[in-house]
Amino acid sequence: MNQIPHYPQISISLTINGTLHELKVEPWVTLLDLLRERLLLTGTKKGCDQGQCGACTVLVDGKRVNSCLALAVSRDGAEITTIEGLAQNGELHPLQVAFIGRDAFQCGYCTPGQICSAAGLLAEGHTRSRAEIREHMSGNLCRCGAYTNIADAVEDVLMPRIAAKEAAE
Amino acid sequence: MSVGEITHIGRPTNRVDGRLKVTGQAHYAAEYPADDLLYGYIVGSTIAAGRIAAMHLDAARQFPGVVEIFTHENRSKAAWLDRSWRDEVAPPGHPFRPLHSDRILFDGQPVALIVAETFEAARDAGSLIRIAYDVDAHCTELEAKRAEAYVPPEQRSGIPPPPDPRGDAEQAFQDAPVKISRDYRVNAEHHNPMEMFATTCVFEGDGKLTIYDKTQGSQNAQGYVTSVFGLRSKDVRLVNHYVGGAFGAGLRPQHQLFFAVMASLELQRSVRVSLTRAQMFHIGYRPDSYHTVSLAADRDGRLQSIMHDAVASTSHYEDYQEAVVNWSGMMYHCDNVKLTYQLAKLDTATPCDMRAPGAAIGVTALECALDELSYELGIGPLEIRRINFASKDENTKKQFTSKALLECYSEGAAAFGWEKRSPKPRAMREGRELIGWGVSTGMWDAFLQKAQATATLKVDGTLEVATAASDIGTGTWTILTQIGAEAFGLPLEDVQARIGDSTLPMSPVEGGSWTAASNGSAVQAACDAVKHSLFKQARKMANSPLADASFEDVEVRDQRIFRKDDPARGLSVFEVMHAAELKEITEQGKVSPNLRQMLKYTSYTHSAVFAEVRVDEYLGVVRVTRVVCAAAAGKILNPKTARSQILGGVVMGIGMALHEEAMTDHRLGKIMNANLGEYHVPAHADIEDIEVIFVDEKDDKVSPLGVKGLGEIGIVGTASAVANAIFHATGVRVRDFPITIDKILNAPRPS
Amino acid sequence: MNRFEYIRPATVADAIAALNEPAARALAGGTNLVDLMKYDVAQPSRLVDINRLPLKSIEITSGGALRIGALVTNTDLAWHQDVREKWPILSSAILAGASPQLRNAATAGGNLMQRTRCYYFYDPSTACNKRQPGSGCSAIGGVNRIHAILGASDSCIAVHPSDMCVAMVALDASVEVEGPEGKRSIPMSGFHRLPGGEPERDNTLKVGELITSIIIPEPHFGAHHTYLKIRDRLSYAFALISVAAALRVDEGVIQDARIALGGVAHKPWRDFDAEKSLKGERVGTQGFTQVADFILRDAKGQGDNDFKIELARRAIVRALEQAAAGTPQDQADKSIH
Repeated sequence: MNQIPHYPQISISLTINGTLHELKVEPWVTLLDLLRERLLLTGTKKGCDQGQCGACTVLVDGKRVNSCLALAVSRDGAEITTIEGLAQNGELHPLQVAFIGRDAFQCGYCTPGQICSAAGLLAEGHTRSRAEIREHMSGNLCRCGAYTNIADAVEDVLMPRIAAKEAAE
Repeated sequence: MSVGEITHIGRPTNRVDGRLKVTGQAHYAAEYPADDLLYGYIVGSTIAAGRIAAMHLDAARQFPGVVEIFTHENRSKAAWLDRSWRDEVAPPGHPFRPLHSDRILFDGQPVALIVAETFEAARDAGSLIRIAYDVDAHCTELEAKRAEAYVPPEQRSGIPPPPDPRGDAEQAFQDAPVKISRDYRVNAEHHNPMEMFATTCVFEGDGKLTIYDKTQGSQNAQGYVTSVFGLRSKDVRLVNHYVGGAFGAGLRPQHQLFFAVMASLELQRSVRVSLTRAQMFHIGYRPDSYHTVSLAADRDGRLQSIMHDAVASTSHYEDYQEAVVNWSGMMYHCDNVKLTYQLAKLDTATPCDMRAPGAAIGVTALECALDELSYELGIGPLEIRRINFASKDENTKKQFTSKALLECYSEGAAAFGWEKRSPKPRAMREGRELIGWGVSTGMWDAFLQKAQATATLKVDGTLEVATAASDIGTGTWTILTQIGAEAFGLPLEDVQARIGDSTLPMSPVEGGSWTAASNGSAVQAACDAVKHSLFKQARKMANSPLADASFEDVEVRDQRIFRKDDPARGLSVFEVMHAAELKEITEQGKVSPNLRQMLKYTSYTHSAVFAEVRVDEYLGVVRVTRVVCAAAAGKILNPKTARSQILGGVVMGIGMALHEEAMTDHRLGKIMNANLGEYHVPAHADIEDIEVIFVDEKDDKVSPLGVKGLGEIGIVGTASAVANAIFHATGVRVRDFPITIDKILNAPRPS
Repeated sequence: MNRFEYIRPATVADAIAALNEPAARALAGGTNLVDLMKYDVAQPSRLVDINRLPLKSIEITSGGALRIGALVTNTDLAWHQDVREKWPILSSAILAGASPQLRNAATAGGNLMQRTRCYYFYDPSTACNKRQPGSGCSAIGGVNRIHAILGASDSCIAVHPSDMCVAMVALDASVEVEGPEGKRSIPMSGFHRLPGGEPERDNTLKVGELITSIIIPEPHFGAHHTYLKIRDRLSYAFALISVAAALRVDEGVIQDARIALGGVAHKPWRDFDAEKSLKGERVGTQGFTQVADFILRDAKGQGDNDFKIELARRAIVRALEQAAAGTPQDQADKSIH
């Protein structure tokens, strides 16, 4: 990590994938660049740096956001989950399993963003149909064109949860 | 498991790199750490033609964190001759040399590289650079240059020029009872892989560089670096383990590679340079093109004349070429054919191969025209394609090694439910929407390129296969693993593929849909050679149970070599290696095109694409609700990854049909939608159901594996199928791609 | 991105004090401002991070109006149970815009403050009066597919890109602001402005003023509303044309009408005269066509965007048909009924 001493750095703390990080950053550093360049968490991808592709999607306090448009200083105190933090104790998240099984990626570059976005979608609880999966995943572009497989993968995880919830109610 | 049973080839295996990709552990070019890393940021020109009069760099140089700024005035020495800059797939001309001089050839041309201690410092110093230009007149509008179009004087290697005319197409057109002549345009498109081009050049300190680059060919890029900078080949290793899409944009070395290496050599430090999304619009594009297609038929629908004239854009410094019109001479049987292909120079970067280069635009025009002719004839659009089936390549008079296109038509039609189609346009409707069904044929080369591989069988029975191939999302990691596992009857976990590294055995760039056939066959050959060696060692052993066997009698499986007719008679790999005091057996495999066979045969992949659209014609909104793509592509190594390739091609074809175009302000020579917000690629919501069918096709000539390749075929014919479906839905024929809302609204209403 | 001072005030008063210089900017979700800073289009001297201010609540006032704190995210607003039930057109408009990720970060106040997506505004190498007053408008005579057909001037043909604001303007929202001179309320229809000769001014906020909340009275349209958005792809794209339409219908006769357009002008476009003309009319396509023609009476194309006039006309008619039928457009359903 490179430091430039004569810039005013701001102290922030971020809990990233369960680990507390006390950091000093300049205010013009985005959350995305902080993750990739300074913390070497390169699973979060930079596809446009403009909020136009979704590859940089991470969960901030449980909600999916574009990390390229978030200044790191402004997220001081937040809990952040990146793709590196989705698997627990080496066990893949069900979405990760479904993405592999459905071949829901090709080059893999949009994939962490797609999966984090889908994790956000599951938590939101507003998605119940295939058309809604498509609409609510539309913030994640996939140039390899894996959309139908991605929708299958999300459906694989989402539908049983909906059914289980309905059964419980 | 019985002897000879196929275990891996043809199975829908999950990607072997899947776990790394879904956990964020697959590292792309910008994701390799290096000590003391510097960041480079490219500054582009803001004019399309002229010269740099003055550069004011002081403010940027003084910006905290900035280490150096490179411009044409202080760049390091690089090779002088054009040929040193020409990569494996360069078209004829003078390859672009970053920072070569004060001359500006296109908007966005790199004119400076800022190198700084942090990404932010490099990025942010850029806005402080002021450049004064002497501006020259420019032209970025193909229409304005059509009159100056020319036949490229030098042919691009590997790209066949249009075939000589056959018969008398003009006379036949005159004489035929039913004919159409139509103009089409396919606007310029940009590849826009999700990963932005990036290079991390690690300065190893002992005169060596390890370069992580986004490229479709590690050896092509490595060769460019050594040639441009005069480095020894053994001092430069180029790695591209994971490539975040490319679609052709990574065939040629891109600017960031030059810059990262130059800065690294000059500053004796590791340097990372990434392009921005906007800069990705200045590294090559699918050329803008105009097409005039004239078709004539007898009343039974048999084609009497085919003429296809295309003009496509190129740059001032290179004659980029692709096979655009050739398809029109071989997709259908016709005795009178005349095809022309010309270029027109614009003040843009040189175009660059983009998924199915040439075919994606040429076949689109032909297939729309054929659809138009079918309505003139009153013959169904699928029927007219069947009637004119070409049983050989009439451009070259050669036989096809295989062509299961008729099966694509029938199986695709059955899956789609084509027989329920109302022949007349505007006849199908649901709610507010008109429904249209369209069909198109697709065709792409089935190439086999020279390639080499090694296979290494280790004493523990595991296998490693290696070739300098790339996996740009195509599944190369997986299929090479499968081929190795198949050869030795091993589980996939016991096979390690190694690709994406210039130090591995020779490989062509990953393009043209040739990797599976070429590198796959080379791996198979290497595996065969290892099995031969293993057998030789086994037979040599004292009291060998295989002493009296020939190679054909034995099988290698589950870490054993044994007689096929008596599996109990054999030896373990360990026993053989141990006896021979070997830790491993490594052999090479090579493949190259069978030149003798190529005198008689040509090889192509074929497809039939069926599309359903629903059009709200009042609002001009089109939805593609269903696509069936039936492809004949020889043997399918992995139906799962193969299917994904087709899906991806179809999605990009839908983008070509409805969304994608560079919108250029020709006054400024500037692409105004150089971002993913306004250059629309299909989003999730645009893609509904896509069904992929692989029809059975045996081909023992196309490649040793019988494989044809799938990277391109999915896009070819998709845009035309969608356009033809829009006509069927609405009776409106839009001949200018993409078919956006305005074009549907503005089209004359059918009476 | 330029170098700037970063301040994170804890109170509205501190924020207002910090914002009281012309090049200071408030940072909320950052989804537009950070982007503009990366392009060097916005170059704030000071960034006032207001995310810690207590402006995050959604309340129903004693008068039954909706009070939306300026920092309420688009997501929280769109999915809020009261909003979905009583202000469904607002919910629908928000869900038609951007993406779930962007809506999770973007705020109500920030949405009002978002700037045009004009290509030239975003490219500092081109002339743009909005970005650099007096430099000219490159969009006139240039690539202007997405540009204004109503209310444009010789200095600017940019459009306001918001979906949410279109619904807000249709619903008679008002914007509560606080500044050095105290609090005031600005009717939504007067918040954004037409470019005239000062396109650099998107709205009528004064230096140092901060949006604190947005108030929307309870509408009484039942199911007779819709938000219809037409764009170049089916999601994650800005509107070519969008229409917020709401009707109060009694036995086939229109008692009250609201029609607001997005993607057509420098501000969300609402035509009160047109709305009045519908009152007392019977619902029907013919009347809807007439009112559409009336709204677009002064529409002017710029070349590439000429089609938007006809598209707007048709979108208005369709939206009114949807509203009349009581069948609002579902934003996940791409078939426009």
